[in-house]
Amino acid sequence: MSSARPQTESAASRSDYDRILALIPEGARVLDLGCGNGRLLQRLTLEKHVDGCGIELEEENVIRCVEQGLSVYQGDADEGLSEYPDHAFDFVILNQTLQVLGRPREVLHEILRVGRYAVVGFPNFGHWSVRLSLLLRGRMPKVSGLPHEWYETPNVHLCTVLDFVDLCRRDDIVVLHEEYLFGERWKPLSDGGGRANLLARSGLFVISRR
Amino acid sequence: MSVLQDARSVGLVRKQFRTFGSAEEPLMLECGRTLGPVEVAFETYGELNADRSNAILILHALTGDSHAAGYFSEEDKKPGWWDVLIGPGKAFDTEKYFVICSNVIGGCQGSTGPRSINPATGEPYALDFPMVTIGDMVEVQRRLLDDLGIERLHAVAGGSLGGFQALEWALRYPDRVGAVLCLAAGPRLSSQGIAFNAVGRHAIVSDPKWNKGRYYGSDTPDKGLATARMLAHITYLSEASLERKFGRKLQWADRLSYDFVTEFAVESYLEHQGKKFIERFDANSYLYLTKAMDYYDVSQQYGPLEEAFSRVSASFMAVSYTSDWLFPTSQSREVVSALKRNGKDVTFIELDSIHGHDAFLLEADQMTRLVRSFLTKTDTVNHVKRVADRNGRREIVFRPPANGKRRLPFGL
Repeated sequence: MSSARPQTESAASRSDYDRILALIPEGARVLDLGCGNGRLLQRLTLEKHVDGCGIELEEENVIRCVEQGLSVYQGDADEGLSEYPDHAFDFVILNQTLQVLGRPREVLHEILRVGRYAVVGFPNFGHWSVRLSLLLRGRMPKVSGLPHEWYETPNVHLCTVLDFVDLCRRDDIVVLHEEYLFGERWKPLSDGGGRANLLARSGLFVISRR
Repeated sequence: MSVLQDARSVGLVRKQFRTFGSAEEPLMLECGRTLGPVEVAFETYGELNADRSNAILILHALTGDSHAAGYFSEEDKKPGWWDVLIGPGKAFDTEKYFVICSNVIGGCQGSTGPRSINPATGEPYALDFPMVTIGDMVEVQRRLLDDLGIERLHAVAGGSLGGFQALEWALRYPDRVGAVLCLAAGPRLSSQGIAFNAVGRHAIVSDPKWNKGRYYGSDTPDKGLATARMLAHITYLSEASLERKFGRKLQWADRLSYDFVTEFAVESYLEHQGKKFIERFDANSYLYLTKAMDYYDVSQQYGPLEEAFSRVSASFMAVSYTSDWLFPTSQSREVVSALKRNGKDVTFIELDSIHGHDAFLLEADQMTRLVRSFLTKTDTVNHVKRVADRNGRREIVFRPPANGKRRLPFGL
C-alpha cells in the first residue's frame, strides 16, 4: 500500500502531516489506513494524544510501526477494515492512498462506516501541470508527486479534485472541510474544488456521512 | 569463548522445582479427574523488581522445556531453546525483565507427567496419568506465580502450543496479564493439526514395545516415537526450506542404490532428528501433550470467538509466518479479528519466512525488533492511559479550523 506512495518522506508529505495534525482533535480514536512507516501516527500519538492504530501492507513498514510503539495490522484496505465495528474510530486517515486502492469507492464507504469522520488526501490529477504535460507531450503525465511511468505506477485510480467532490455528492458524503496544496503551501478553501481543481497539486478533505 | 564470558547470555542457569497439592489434596483437572502432588520444573532469568511488575512468562511448545535460555554448565554445548531472544540486551531483556519458563504438566522434563511415580501405586503413572489440557497447564503455572509472589505478569509469550497457553492466560486471567505475544498459533488446533498428531500417536501405540504405556524399566518404544517425531518435524518445516537445505541430494553415495537403505540427505536428516528426540522425550508424554493440543479450542470453553475475546484486557501481538502450514496465517487472523471486533489493542504481522512453523524459533532478527518494542510499548504511561480511556470516552466532534475560508492566492 504505502510503499507505493509517490511521496513518503519528502517535504511536501511532511507538510500534509502538519495539516492533518491540525485537523485531528486531541484524544481522538484514529485509524491510519495505509500508515506506511507510522511517522504520522506517531506524531498524532505524541502531539495529539490520539488512541491510534494503523493498517499497512508492507512488512518492513509494519515492523517500523511496532518499533515506534504503535498498534498496527498487516493487511490491505479490504480485509483490514471489515472487522472493525461501526464507528470504532472518530477519524480514519486515508492519506496519499486513495489512488492506489483497487476499489476506492467501496473503501470510502467502509472508512465512513468504521469512522465518524475521514481525512482523505490525494494528488490532484486536474492540476495544470498534469493537463499541460499530457497536452504538450502526448504521453501519460509525469509530474511532481506523480513520478511513475505508466507501466509501473501504483496509482491505479487517479482522480481530480472535481472527480472526488462529484463522487462525494453522488454518494451522500458531506465535505466538512477542504484544503489544497498550492505550490508549497496548504490553504483552507471552500470552493467545492472549482478553481483549486486547476491550481492545487493535492487536496485534503474532511468528510463524513450525511 | 566460555559461556560465562558471553555478555549477551544469561550464563549458567539451574532448574528449580515447586510442588503443589498432595495425594490427599490433589489438583482438580478439567477432565474431571485429579492429580497430586504436582511437581513443576522451572527456570528464571533476571531479577524480579521491587513492585513485582516486570515478570514475563515464557510458554514452551510441544516438546520444549523449562530451559529457555542459558547453559547448565560450562561444558554445555547448546543453550536453552529460545536463547536467541532471552538474555541481557536481547528481545526479552533480562536486565529489565524477570523471565520465567516452566515445563508443562504431562511433560517429561521435570514436571509431573506419565513417567512420574504415582503415589497410589509406587509405579510410574503410564496411562493412569489423567488427561491434561491447556487450561490445566495454565492453572499450574498460575500456582507457580502465586508461589513466586507475582500477581500480574508484564507479558506472556509463546509459539505454537505455547501460543495456545498464552491465549488461555489472557482468557482465563485477564487481570493478571499485561501483554500477550502469540506466535504461530490460532484459536484451536485445526483438523490438519489433529490429523498429524493422530498419525504420530498411531506410530507410538503401534510399536510393540509401547506395551499399552507400561514400558518404564524395560525397552522403550523408540521406533514409534522416532517416527512420530520425523512426521511432526516435516510439519514444522516448509517445502521451500527442505528444497533449499536438501534438494534431492544423496547423503552418502553419488548414485542411486536401488535399495531401501537411507540414501537421500533429507531421509538421513529426519532419521537423525528422530534419534535425537528419543534420547530426550518420553513416548507417553508425547501422547498426552499432543492430545492436549488436539483438545484446545477457545470457542468450546469461552463461546464464539468474538464473545470469548471480549473478556481480555491485555495488549496483543500476534505473529504468523508466510510458510507456516501447520498454523497458517488465517488461524492467527481469526484471533486478531475477534480482538478487533471487540476494539481491543492488537498488532498483527505476517513475517516473510521460509522456515515454516519453526520460524518463531529461528527468525531472530525480525522477532527481536518486534518483541523488544512490543514489550516496552505496554510500559508507557500513554498506553495505560489509552486503555483506561477506552471505556469512558467523550464525544469527539470535528470543528473546522477557525481560518477555514480563504481566498485563492494571486487574487484569483
